[in-house]
Amino acid sequence: MLKKIIFFNLIFSTFITQISISAESGGMPQLNPEFWISQIFWLIISFGILFIVLSKFILPKIRNNIEFRKSEILDNIETAEKQKTEAENTLKNYDELIRKSKNEAKNYFNDARKKIIEDIEKKKQALDKEINIEISKAEAEVAELVNKAPEKIQKIAIETSSDLIRQLIGEEVNNSSISAIVDDLYKKNKGKYYGN
Amino acid sequence: MAANPMTQFEVYRIGPEIKINQIDISFTNASLFMIISALSILLIFNLGSSKKNIIPTKIQLLAELSYSFISKMISDTAGNKGKPYFNLIFSLFMFVLFCNMFGMLPYSFTVTSHIIVTFFLAALIFIGVTVIGFIKHGFGYLKLFVPSGVPLVLLPLIVVIEIISYLSRPISLSVRLFANMMAGHTMMKVFGSFVISLGIVGGWLPLSFSVALTGLEILVAFLQAYVFAILTCIYLNDALNLHH
Repeated sequence: MLKKIIFFNLIFSTFITQISISAESGGMPQLNPEFWISQIFWLIISFGILFIVLSKFILPKIRNNIEFRKSEILDNIETAEKQKTEAENTLKNYDELIRKSKNEAKNYFNDARKKIIEDIEKKKQALDKEINIEISKAEAEVAELVNKAPEKIQKIAIETSSDLIRQLIGEEVNNSSISAIVDDLYKKNKGKYYGN
Repeated sequence: MAANPMTQFEVYRIGPEIKINQIDISFTNASLFMIISALSILLIFNLGSSKKNIIPTKIQLLAELSYSFISKMISDTAGNKGKPYFNLIFSLFMFVLFCNMFGMLPYSFTVTSHIIVTFFLAALIFIGVTVIGFIKHGFGYLKLFVPSGVPLVLLPLIVVIEIISYLSRPISLSVRLFANMMAGHTMMKVFGSFVISLGIVGGWLPLSFSVALTGLEILVAFLQAYVFAILTCIYLNDALNLHH
């Protein structure tokens, strides 16, 4: 960079010499000492004011501004990082919570299912028992009916036979002999009438 | 006026003649532009430093960027020891820059195109740097003229050359700035007068040259202020960190 600048200057200084030689005929106002003191005086005043005001008032303010910005940015970064970790923690907690509640929900569901299945089972058993009782009752009734049926039939058969004999022969027949015959027949043909 | 390209450098009195003990310190056009430059610097940087925004406004950004630019320049060339001279170098850079830039306005006056102004600034720097050197190192500062690792036979010659080069610092510093500014403005004036003399037919070529030169001159105005400031830093570095 510096080399470049010096090179640039060298090139320029050749220009300068040529031009200043050509300008010599007109005279250089720079070499007229008439206003030298005045220029120095006003230079001291203006540059002095500039230097004092800049270094006393303006440059410290700029320095403060730059430092203020730097520290503010650092602070902001710090708080941002803090908030980031906080957010991450919260997210972790949230995930944990969600996982837990999912498990809980599953458990509830499973429990409920188990309970319902048990209930159904219990009710089914109770119902089965009742049905069985009913069935056995009905069976007993049927059995009773079946047991009573031959007696009645025998009675009817004896009465019918005695009636028939009276009609045919016109003679009173001893009921006991008829019942003996019917019994005998019944025993003989039991399989025929009540065959299973 | 257009005939002579040097008339733009003439100093003339504005207002009454002021004399103290036969010394003429009248207010001139040069004084006017010095005051204008100083006041515009103060105005711009005051505006740029009055607010304390986290996100800077444009003018605040300008002030803060210039601040860090100069600060970086000093720490690059003179190290940490150069920090106390920041205010002076900042003021110098800004003053020279604004004087150069105001000189680019048509019909204005270029303060830095006068050898007496630049020489006064350079002499101020030279004396200041020398005083700082002697305060920091005592007579050990004279070791600056005795580079290490030089054969004993050559030493007298080298010391003479070193002393001459040291003493010519204010001259080279001031002449560089003055000559650059003067040459640039003279060239622009010359090309400007060519535009007038060649008229509508042939004036376009010097006009385009003039436009290009304007851009170049703005670059030079900045560059010379930068060179002035950075050379000050280098001289200061010699005085602060004595190792040749």
